[in-house]
Amino acid sequence: MKKWQCLVCDFVYDEAKGLPEEGIAPGTRWEDVPESWTCPDCGAAKSDFVMAEVD
Amino acid sequence: MSTATLNAPAWTDSKRHLWLLGIVVMGLPMYGYLLFLWTGLGIFWWMTPVVVYGLIPLFDRLIGEDNANPPDSAMAQLAADPYYRYVVFAAIPLQYATFIWGTHMAVTGGLAWWAWLGLLVSVGMTSGLAINVGHELGHQTAVLERWLAKIALAPVMYGHFYTEHNRGHHVRVATTEDPASSRFGETFYEFLPRCVYGSIRSAWEIEQKRLEKQGKRVWSLDNDNLQAWGITVLLFGAMTAWLGVWALPFMILQGAIGGSLLEVVNYLEHYGLLRQKKADGSYERCQPHHSWNSNHLATNVFLYHLQRHSDHHAYPTRSFQTLRNFDGLPRLPSGYAGMILAAYLPPLWFRLMDPKVVAHFHGDMRQANIKPSIRARVIAKYAPAAA
Repeated sequence: MKKWQCLVCDFVYDEAKGLPEEGIAPGTRWEDVPESWTCPDCGAAKSDFVMAEVD
Repeated sequence: MSTATLNAPAWTDSKRHLWLLGIVVMGLPMYGYLLFLWTGLGIFWWMTPVVVYGLIPLFDRLIGEDNANPPDSAMAQLAADPYYRYVVFAAIPLQYATFIWGTHMAVTGGLAWWAWLGLLVSVGMTSGLAINVGHELGHQTAVLERWLAKIALAPVMYGHFYTEHNRGHHVRVATTEDPASSRFGETFYEFLPRCVYGSIRSAWEIEQKRLEKQGKRVWSLDNDNLQAWGITVLLFGAMTAWLGVWALPFMILQGAIGGSLLEVVNYLEHYGLLRQKKADGSYERCQPHHSWNSNHLATNVFLYHLQRHSDHHAYPTRSFQTLRNFDGLPRLPSGYAGMILAAYLPPLWFRLMDPKVVAHFHGDMRQANIKPSIRARVIAKYAPAAA
């Protein structure tokens, strides 16, 4: 499982945890997060995220 | 003929060349000096306030609004066109020329006090406008843009803005925790010290947290705040070595004036607006109705569409030329330049804006961001009659 970090505000998307409150189940891989999804903290686009670390 | 040309959209950006004005305004104090030499009129030492507080609000009034958006089909091409990058880059050399020339003139020009004061305000406001350049660049994710953002913020001593704006303000906008979101009933003069202190503190804490996580010390060269402030120290140090110690008060005071110009714009961007908390205690996402917008053409052009503020907060990495206007957004009664003048006069500001905030919430002020000391009173005063 990987983590992806927002380049604008540092929010981290953790594939293991997902974002259940946004309808993204735990274990959802980054490539399966919808392209229209944006950073829940600052609104940056999915393309503004970079891989942060691999557990 | 290739298919690319056949399919090329007919749309062209009518503001394409107007964006060059963002470069032009960086030289205002120097044009003022030339006009002073030519006419002998002392008013030209006050060139930047004359343009920003006088001409631009006047043009906003005369020309009016600019509500057109680029068609979706033109967006990708518009965003990728390098011309718009270079237009922003090109503002920085002129910004530095004004700063260096102005400081030199202040120290060596033998100016009368009122001319010196006019020069100080003119150079300071130009430095403040350059924060808008730094803002545009600081939102881009390329390394070059991010360094140029720090460079643009150096003469105005606002390096912390680089960190605080993206990772503080954009995350906490329109909440009571955001130092840069103004509250209903709060005057600009109450907002200014709260915002400056809160923003510097927040910028420091954000970097402290990030560096600790990476196992680094906060006092290291990896600290974005220390990098950005370091450019200011080098610049002010070099200017002082060249011009003597009297350069320092001029540079510091013009920085304070520039910073206050940025903060008055911050003051009007989210006044009274508030994101609601969800059941789990976190805030709802920032939505279009959490920013005040305006679309007056003159201000739009010299502030790089900053007034299309809802779209900016919805898509913070969207570059300025592609920001869009939408109907039904909270809208200021005038362009940002005119609203700045109202913000300086709290009774006028409250008279213009408080009814707008109350109408926005249909009188239910429990949903508004209110100065804590008057919160209960405000809610009771405007509460809609019980059904």
